[in-house]
Parts: sequence; C-alpha cells; structure tokens
Amino acid sequence: MTAFKQTDVVVVGSGFGGAIPAYHLAAGGASVTVLERGPWLTADEFDHDFKFGSSSTAAFEFTMGEGMNVLGGNCVGGGSVVYFAAMPRAPRFVFERQGSLGRRMWPAAVTRETLEPWYDRVAQALPITRSNWDDVTYAGGVFAAACNHAGRTANPVAAAIDTELCTNCNWMMSGCKFDAKRSLLLNYLPAAVGHGARILPLHEVQRIERTPGGDFRVHYTVVDPVDYRVQVGAGAIEAKVVVVAAGAAATPVILQRSEEQLGAMPAAVGRYFSGNGERLNTAVLNEDRVREVLGLDRGDGLAYAANQIGRGPSAASWDRLDGSLPEFSRYSLEQLYFPPGFGTILAQAPDAVGPSWFGTDKKEILRRWQSWLTIFIMSEDDNEGVFGPPPVTGNADRISMQMLSRSNLRYEPTANTRHGWALADADIRDILERDGLARVMPWTNDVIGAYTVHPLASCRMGDDPATSALDDMNELRDHPGIFVTDGSAVPGALTVNPAFTIAALAERAVPGIVRAARARGVDVRYLGALPPAARASRPVTVPSV
Amino acid sequence: MDTTLTIDQVHTLEAFADTIIPGEKRGPDDRAIAGAATGGGAVASGAIELMLSPEGGLADTLDSLADGLNEHARDYAARVGLTPEPTVPPFVAMEFADRIALARELLDPGHPERELWVALAMFSSMAWDTGAHMHTTDALAAGHPGLTTMGFMPPDPDGLWRFPRFSYGRPLAAIHPRTTPRGDPQ
Repeated sequence: MTAFKQTDVVVVGSGFGGAIPAYHLAAGGASVTVLERGPWLTADEFDHDFKFGSSSTAAFEFTMGEGMNVLGGNCVGGGSVVYFAAMPRAPRFVFERQGSLGRRMWPAAVTRETLEPWYDRVAQALPITRSNWDDVTYAGGVFAAACNHAGRTANPVAAAIDTELCTNCNWMMSGCKFDAKRSLLLNYLPAAVGHGARILPLHEVQRIERTPGGDFRVHYTVVDPVDYRVQVGAGAIEAKVVVVAAGAAATPVILQRSEEQLGAMPAAVGRYFSGNGERLNTAVLNEDRVREVLGLDRGDGLAYAANQIGRGPSAASWDRLDGSLPEFSRYSLEQLYFPPGFGTILAQAPDAVGPSWFGTDKKEILRRWQSWLTIFIMSEDDNEGVFGPPPVTGNADRISMQMLSRSNLRYEPTANTRHGWALADADIRDILERDGLARVMPWTNDVIGAYTVHPLASCRMGDDPATSALDDMNELRDHPGIFVTDGSAVPGALTVNPAFTIAALAERAVPGIVRAARARGVDVRYLGALPPAARASRPVTVPSV
Repeated sequence: MDTTLTIDQVHTLEAFADTIIPGEKRGPDDRAIAGAATGGGAVASGAIELMLSPEGGLADTLDSLADGLNEHARDYAARVGLTPEPTVPPFVAMEFADRIALARELLDPGHPERELWVALAMFSSMAWDTGAHMHTTDALAAGHPGLTTMGFMPPDPDGLWRFPRFSYGRPLAAIHPRTTPRGDPQ
C-alpha cells in the first residue's frame, strides 16, 4: 500500500491564480503545496537570448490548437514572469456583457464596483504604478502621436514595472533579467514560501481523484528539466482542498481527465474558451512622414526606428471602450512589441504581389523591421473555443523539447468575433495610414488560425449552471472543495489586458477558499495582510517530494 | 535519433527554406538557393541547423519531409507541364516562381498536410528572424544575416541589452476623457 504525502491545500499552477491563494492560505496557517509544471527560474537565469533552451523557450509555452494558438508562461510565477505587465482595470461595461447568451454572463455578485477593493489590493501588492508620458516608449509615443493626429485619444498604460530598474531591453517575454518587472517572484510567491508553502517546479498535475475519506488525491508527473517530453517520475499528494490554476489552456484539461474518478464535470468545463478577442496588426512606418506629419524626433537624428526599444506596451487607445456601443464592437488598441520570431512570422507585407507572409515581399519589409509598429487588438470574442478529449498527459502533445505543443482546443471565430476584428483593423488603418504615415496589415490567420496571449473562460464562473462551471466564489459546481482561480474563471473577453482582473478575482476568491478549508477541518484563517515586496527574485534549491 | 540526411535531402530542405526567406546564391553552382533576393536568406541564417537541432523536435522527420517535398514537386511539375532536370532533386530543379507556387499550395489552409509544411516554414522563418540555433550574442558577432538585415541592435559589452534613451518624453495625445484618477478606463 502506498502512503501518500499529505497537505492541507494543493495549488495547481503558480501564476496569478495560484500564487495569490497559495500566499493567503499559507499566511493563514494552512500547509500548502504548489505544483508547477514549469521550471523555477530567477533573474540570473533569465537570458537575453533567442537560442532554443534559453529562458525564451524554457519559461514559455506555445500551444497550437485547431484555429487557436495560446501563448503563455510555463514556469514558477506563470504568466507574470513572461508577460508585459500592462495592468489596466477592465471597463465597467465588460461586467455587463451578455455574449451570445442573451443574459449577463458574469455572476450578479461581480461588477467593476464590487471588484474595485480587490483590484486595489493587487495594485498595492505587486505594485502597479500609473504611467506618465515620460514612461511611454518611442513605439508607444509614435502610436499616441498618430492617434492624436487622427483626432483620437491615447493613454499611457499602467504597469507592474519598476521603471527605475527597467532598461527598456524588450526581453521581458524571456523573464526580467533586472527584476524590474514586478512578477509574482517578487511578492506573493516569496511571501508564500516565507509562510511555509512548498513550491514544486517541474511537477505537472495530470488528474485529481477523491480518497475514500472524502479528501482529494492529486496525481502528478515530474518533468525532465531540459526535455519536457520526458517524464522522470510520478507521484501523488493528498489534500483537503484543491485550487486549480493551471491556466485557461490547461485547467479544463486536468478536470476533463479527472472526470472518470471525480464524476461528471459541469458542462461548461472545457467550453466557452475566449482568446480575449485578440489580434495583431503590423504597421511599417515611413520614417520621413513620422518626422514631417507627427513632428517626432528622437534627438539623435532618427524620427522613430525604435521597434526594438522598450518594454512591451506603453500606450493604448481606449476610444472604443465605450459602453454605449453595441457588444462585439468595443475594443482597445494597444501598442505592443513582440520579439523576432513570434513578432515577425505572421506579419504580412502590404501590397504583396506574391505570398504576403513569406517570400521576397516579406523579406523586403523585414529589412525595415526597426520601423515596425505592432498594434494589439483586444476585443469581444464569442467564447467559441471548445476543448476536445484530453491528451494522455499534460494539456497538449509536446512537439519540441520545450515551448511547442499541439492541443485539442478548437476555435472557429463567429461572425460576431470577426465583426469586431474588422472594425478594429479598419480603425488601425485609419489612424496609421493617414497622410502616408505607414502601411498596415493584420497578421494572417490563414497559417495557424487565431492566437492569444490571454486565454480565458474555459472553466468560467457564473450564476447559470448550464453555462458556467464555477459558482460566484470560484468553487467547481458539483465538486465542493475544488476551486478554480485562474484566467479560465473569467467569463469572457475583457477588451483590455486581463492579468489585473484575474489577480483581483483570485484575491476575491480567497476568503471562500479559507471557509471551505475550515469546514474540512483545516486550521486556517483569512488574515488579509498583503505580501511584503522583495527586491530580487531569490535563487532556490529545488526541493524533492 | 538518426538525423542523417542525404545531400539531396539537405538541398531540398534548403530550397524550401530559401522559398520562405530567399537569399543570394553561395556561388555560381548553387542550385538549392534560387538567388531571388539580395543578402543572405534563411539558409545562410542557419535554417538547416535549426531544423536539425534536437531541441526543435523536427529532426527525425526531416528525411521524410524532404522526400515529401520532392514527391509534391514531381506532381506539380507534371500538372504544369515541366520536365524536371534529373540531376538534382525535383524541388531543387524548379525555378523560384514554381517553388513559391508549390509552397503556397502546401501552406494553404485546405491542404491536408499543411501542418507539416507550416512547421517547416516556421523553422525557416525563425532561422532568419532569430538564429535560434545559436546564442544571440554569438549570432550578432558573426554577422547573422537575418538579425543583421533586420537591424537588430547589439548588446552592451556584458551581453545584455539596455536602451537608456527610450522616450520622446512629452505628452503626445490627449488622454481619454473617461480615464479614472488612477489611470484606468472607466
């Protein structure tokens, strides 16, 4: 007979949805074990390097589905380590969205007003700072100036970045070498560890079952630190409460695979996936026109030519974040940077005679890469993503040693989604092609389909059991004691970067998780104190189970 | 993992990579590279090295991908009335315009083998855009054709990138009238 390790709470995943409950539960006295399938990297191990095997592939996940590709974090700290740290609150109208349901999709208990105190807590803990024009990079500045020229507004974007430490290297998708990005490695996670939480990297949870005593047994495999296709071990941990926060591309897959032992899952597990209505456009700027029309000059003889410089997004247009507009026509436009590779392959050459995303025309626009400006659309999609049967292990079949895998997520954009994209594409052209400033093309969706860096809603909260998997306190319907607190709990697209909202919802869920743990005999209290800030991400010794 | 490829298979993969990001010929006898663009293309940027890298996961399928490309080239040639030159692989024998036409067919959303060819195209692009078979600092120091042509700026002497000048440093637009005092959308 096997004796299983015991803990009060298992947390699956260490991004925003996992780190926040892990910290509060540990601080309140619970024994907490966090199982994270990716590696535990710190600033010393974040590389400025595109080489396969560097942190750009070790910490990052590119999951290819049918019609939808998901980019996300795969490391301790999850998305917070590899994201761009843009942190706007979701606009009020988002919480009133109906999607195609014909009624409000969010739980009645969650509105912008009720979420504000939880947003405030996250803003203080990370922290998030309001940006001003001195913080806006050349790329953000040229977009803002073009918006202004077109009679639009533009805003500096609030971010969880310490601009005193930031070098504007634009390598932040590989993790921040300078600990300027206020990732979870600098607040919630070290505080959780300080309160005794155990974080086990390279532990990929496969399924959850119930023990005869009514607790949970969480089964994992241990992943090779270099070749993630290889499993080097396996085990299980028993817990009274399980928090699933593996990310919206993985949480529903774990629950689907657990169905055989746990019993039927709510119908909304693995359905209603949203890509946050995301889409990208690439503008190739005419440097002379940038100088002449917008009056911009870097002071070193160049007008722009600064695609490489910065820290992801720094300015956004919120003119279409207007609750009086009909649903599926509202979106934000955000200046963004993607490094070569992710940021170049799907970009299309304007006026191409031959193919637009490869060949001679593509090479010609690549010669002008420093004059590229990437504009990110976050719109209202139609929650049209559905997960097929789970693969044997993990959330997807791994192709490469790291980063690249193929999942059973299917996504066919509806007319509603495509309507929003078409409006936004036209808007970007109107802003950036005016007076010869640039030529603009959307990225092609013909090669791999749509893509998102903000997967959402695949195990969503709501009031209606038929169309939501979680109740309004993030507990999985029909499976008391299992909570879902990551992006998959967000009911639908947010029209802005979602990390802040995911984090606020996770903060909001904690008191309910504490109550559930207490009801199961765990000696834990909700203290509500926020984690202290750490200055540096600390190297760790990987513990053994 | 057996990654041994015949010279014909290597030339076929080179010809495909050169169709994705074209470059100049390595010499007058170069048949794999069509010479459709000036400067180094995907091949000179390390496309074959990247395809062969154990990390990438493509290496043990490359022989069948090369053979598959040549099968499709034979079929294409028959359809459009070309007579492939027998001394080189059929894909290599094709002019650049025909390589492009066939690549468009293989990469079309309706092609049943599209996933395979998209993967090969992505690795070809990535070789040029990132040089991911090498450390980026080494690639830049060696004059990597893709990164150099894109104007990717070099790092500081310690191998890290820093851009102390990054902002126009002045207001460039009116902010949205419904911005909250904290700087969020309402």
